[in-house]
Amino acid sequence: MNLASVLSADLPYWAQSLLRVLGGLVAVLLPAGTVVYLFLFKMMSFMQSRLGPMEAGPQGSMQLFAEVGKWLQKEDIYPARADKFIFKLAPLIVLASTFLLVVVVPFGPDALFTDFEAGVFYALAVSSVSVLGILIAGWASANKYSLLGGLRAAGQLIAYELPMVLAVVGVVIQAGTMNLQQIVVAQNADSMFGFSGLGNPYVITQFVGFIVFMIAVQAELTQTPFDMPIAESELVSGYMTEYSGFRFLIFFIGEFATAGVFSMIASVLFLGGWSVPFSWFGWTTIDSIDNWMNIVGPLILFTKMIIVVFFIMWVRFSYPRFREDQLQKFAWKVLIPVSLANIMVTAILKVAF
Amino acid sequence: MPKVPGLVKGLGVTFGTMMKTFKDGSNTVQYPHVKETPPLRARGVIALHEGNCTSCMLCVRSCPDWCIYIEGHKEMAPPRRAGGAARKVNKLDRFDIDYALCMYCGICVDVCPFDALFWSPEYEYSEPRIADLLHDKTKLGEWMETVPEAPELEVGADKKGKK
Repeated sequence: MNLASVLSADLPYWAQSLLRVLGGLVAVLLPAGTVVYLFLFKMMSFMQSRLGPMEAGPQGSMQLFAEVGKWLQKEDIYPARADKFIFKLAPLIVLASTFLLVVVVPFGPDALFTDFEAGVFYALAVSSVSVLGILIAGWASANKYSLLGGLRAAGQLIAYELPMVLAVVGVVIQAGTMNLQQIVVAQNADSMFGFSGLGNPYVITQFVGFIVFMIAVQAELTQTPFDMPIAESELVSGYMTEYSGFRFLIFFIGEFATAGVFSMIASVLFLGGWSVPFSWFGWTTIDSIDNWMNIVGPLILFTKMIIVVFFIMWVRFSYPRFREDQLQKFAWKVLIPVSLANIMVTAILKVAF
Repeated sequence: MPKVPGLVKGLGVTFGTMMKTFKDGSNTVQYPHVKETPPLRARGVIALHEGNCTSCMLCVRSCPDWCIYIEGHKEMAPPRRAGGAARKVNKLDRFDIDYALCMYCGICVDVCPFDALFWSPEYEYSEPRIADLLHDKTKLGEWMETVPEAPELEVGADKKGKK
């Protein structure tokens, strides 16, 4: 009895849906909490030679709950001239795009929400929905800083959406499929120059694509070298300026949950996803995989996600901010040509071999 | 050795600091549990040695934000020598420093001609009510216990400075 049969046959539809909702909540909130505690609280502090939160729980591990409790108590303020309905809607749109994004991420051979043929296409399309939330958050706040931040965010996310899509195209060409599950299988079942001990993680063959993808992810998440939209020293907090209490909390969760989910997608596309190389246990196809991978798989994916987020956050805590024109120039004049060249080379090599 | 690009060097700095914090602990201390000893000459609070004060008002007049309040009256004191005239001395009734106003410039300490004011490195005297930051002369006198011994003068220092 594997997980898929549990989800499809043995349970009534409402129970399946409930399980999926719970799974989605865990898959979004657990990485977000881990990322915030491990990296935002602890790693940033250690890189600045301080300890970070230490009082709430052992090593400050309960700090996040304390913060959430604090935010939930706060008054729900909205500006007098704000467009109230849209103002309240905006953070939900941002968070919803994260939840929609996690739907296509495979966590194990059978542990997935949906086996979607156009998974890559869907993920990249849905990740752009958050731009809409950010833009209307900036507009509805009736505040010039928010509007500036929202417009900057929109310009930046659109500019970096392109290299991201183009970087993934290389992976899609090499794997020959847009299904994220098939991409994982292709990476782990394949061999590299006849050596199958490592599978064929695309981080090696698609290294340029990986770098471009990670830079674009950094920009999509508006993490520091690309945090022009929320530049706190000039725009207060950009599109989040007017938000307080649990609406700010939703933006906050959305930011770090998206960091987690994007890192999961990066692990799936480039680092082999939930699987270990199939040759280690003598598997050949996805049907021959042992059932325990449904438990171990999510843990492996989680570990890979942590490693990827580590690099994102490391860059965030080390680098100063790009200027707006440098930021756009970098996307249009460097990343897009590089990723286009990457697609060309990949396609030629794919046809040649 | 080839030149390391600045971007990589920057990553190295943060990573190095992180490992150093893991290994040797942070540069900060957990304040309410651990306290750092302030430097000997730290400007924490001003202490009053009441016996030295002649209520000459120099500190009051030199204070840039007028946070020192002195009231006194003249008293007749017995003569120093037998057969001498009775002396007039200034008695100190009130000596308050309002630490809500004080900006810790230390001009009063420098200007005092009789060594009645001293710096103490003590710094934990915040109050829930701002009016309680007005320290009267009893409280200022209590700070005298926390005043450290004056450190040795450096070799070649001008010993004629303040008498």
